[in-house]
Amino acid sequence: MSEKKPSLFLRIYAVFAYAYIYIPILLLMIFSFNTQKLNIRWEGFTFHWYEVLFQDQEVMLAVRNTLIIAIISTLVATVIGTLAALALQRYRFPGYTFSESLLYIPVIIPEVVMGISLLAFFALLGVRLGLSTITLSHIAFNVPFVTLVVRARLHGFDKAIEEAAMDLGANELTTFWRVTLPTILPGVMAGAMLAFTLSLDDYVITYFTAGPGSTTLPLRVFSMVRFAVTPEVNALSTLWVLTVFIILAIGQILQQKNRNINTKKERI
Amino acid sequence: MTIQSPKGRKINLAGLTRRLREDAKAQGLALISPTLLYLIIFMILPMILVVVISVLTRGTYGNIEYRLNFENYKRLIDPLYLRILTYSMWVAGLTTLITILIGYPLAYYIARAHSRQRSLLLFLILVPFWTNFIIRIYAWIMILRTEGLLNNLLINLGIINMPLDILYTPLAVQIGMVYEFLPFMVLPLFASLEKIENAQLEAAADLGARPWRAFLRVTFPLSVPGIVAGSILVFIPAMGMFVVPDLMGGAKTMLVGNLIRNQFLTARDWPFGSAASMLLMLLTLAVTLIYTRKAGFGEDLLV
Repeated sequence: MSEKKPSLFLRIYAVFAYAYIYIPILLLMIFSFNTQKLNIRWEGFTFHWYEVLFQDQEVMLAVRNTLIIAIISTLVATVIGTLAALALQRYRFPGYTFSESLLYIPVIIPEVVMGISLLAFFALLGVRLGLSTITLSHIAFNVPFVTLVVRARLHGFDKAIEEAAMDLGANELTTFWRVTLPTILPGVMAGAMLAFTLSLDDYVITYFTAGPGSTTLPLRVFSMVRFAVTPEVNALSTLWVLTVFIILAIGQILQQKNRNINTKKERI
Repeated sequence: MTIQSPKGRKINLAGLTRRLREDAKAQGLALISPTLLYLIIFMILPMILVVVISVLTRGTYGNIEYRLNFENYKRLIDPLYLRILTYSMWVAGLTTLITILIGYPLAYYIARAHSRQRSLLLFLILVPFWTNFIIRIYAWIMILRTEGLLNNLLINLGIINMPLDILYTPLAVQIGMVYEFLPFMVLPLFASLEKIENAQLEAAADLGARPWRAFLRVTFPLSVPGIVAGSILVFIPAMGMFVVPDLMGGAKTMLVGNLIRNQFLTARDWPFGSAASMLLMLLTLAVTLIYTRKAGFGEDLLV
C-alpha cells in the first residue's frame, strides 16, 4: 500500500487508538509501585510488591510448572509439526486433504469445547489430571500452529539446493542437517516461539486439564485477580508484559536482520 | 543390515530405506504420521467422545449412564438456555462489529505509514496481542471498579458525585471483550490492506475517482478477506468465552461458554454440557462457512 502521508484525521485517530490500547497497560504497570495495599489511590513509590511476589511460594511453583509444560510441549510440537510441514509442502500422499483440514481445527473450534473434550477423554481413560495431562493437551493445540507457520516459511524454499547437495555426494541425512534444516531454521524458530508463547499464555485448556498441584501462571493470576486487586498482581503483570515485550523485540530484530541478509542475497 | 520384527519376521533395513527413499508417497506419510496420530488421539477422539456423551444420560450422582437419551438436545430449546445462546451470539456479534469499526481505521493507518514507522506501529499491536488476556482484563477491572481509577477521576473532576457501577454489568463484559479481541482484528485487516498495490489506487485516481470513491470501490472491496479473517478470529473465541464474564460480569452475565463450563465442573451434567458444546461447535462452524463462502477467503486467516 502507498506511503502517501495519512490525513490529519487519521493521524489523530491513531493517537487515540494507541492511547486506548496502552493506557490500561501503563496504569497497570504504574500501580505496581504503589505503597497502598488496596491500590485505590496513588500513595507513594515502592518496590515492596516485587519482593512479595518473589517470596510468594505459590507463584514460584506456578512459574516452574508453566515453564516445564511450555518447554516440553514446544519441543515435541516443533519436531513433529516441522515434519508435518515438510510432508504437506513437498509430498502428495493418501489422506493429504484430511491432514490439512485437521490443522485448522484449533482455529475454528472454540477453546472451551477442546478443553471439555480433553477433560472427558482423560476422565474416561482414568488418567489423573496434572502436569502430564496439561502438557499432552498443549502439544495437541500447538502442533497445528507450528505446522502452519513452518509451512508458510517453506513456501519459497528452493529444492534445487538439496538436489545439488545430493549430487555432490551427500546422503539424505547429511543433506537434511547441513542444507535443509539451516535454510528452514528461521521458520522452525518462529513456529517454536509461537508454540512457547501459546503454551505460556493458555488459560482455558489448562483450566480443564489441570489437577491439584499443577497450577500454572495463568491459573494463578486468575485466582489472584478474582480474590482481590492488590499491587502484587500488578507487579506480576508488569513483569509479564515486559517479558513479552523483550521476547517480541528480539524476534523483531532477528527478523529484520534476516530480511537484510535476504535483500543482500537478492542484489548479488 | 537386517533386524528382527516383533513378530519374528526378518526385515531388510537397507531395502526398507531404499524403498522409502524412492517412494515419495511413503516418505510423505512417514513425515506426517506422528502429527496425524497425535491429533487423532488427542483431538479427534476426545471430540467424538463428546458427541457420544451428548446422547447419554446423567446419573443421579453426576456420573454418566450408558442409556441413549436425546433429552439433552431438547433441553437446549428451553427458553432459559435459548436466551443464553442468543445473548452469546449478540455479545460475540457486537464485539466483532465494534472491533471492525475501531480496528479498520487503525489498520488502514498502519498500512499507509512509512515503512520504518510501520514495523514499530505493528510491533505495538503485537505486544498486547501476546500479553496474557487475564492481565488485560485485570487492567480494566482496576479502571472500572467502584473505587477504581475511572470513578476516582470523574469524582475528582466534579463530573459525578457518586461512583458509577460499571464493573459486574453487561457493559463491562462488552468493554472487556472489545479490548481483548481488538488485536485479533487489526492484524488480519492490516495484512490484507498492506497487500493492496499502490498502482491500483493510482489507476482509480487517474480515472478520476475521488479519494472517498476510490476507497469505497477499490480499497474496501480488496480488504474484505481481511475483514472475514478478522471476524472469524474474533467471533469464534468470543462465542466460547467464559473468562471475561466470570471476572467482569459478576453473576449477571452468562454466556454459552459459562454454561458449558458449569455443566462440566459444577452441575456435573456432562451429557447436557456435551450437547451444548455440540450446538456451540455447529454454530461457529456454520457462521464460518457462511462467512467464508460469501467472501471467499484464503491464507488471510493466519497472519
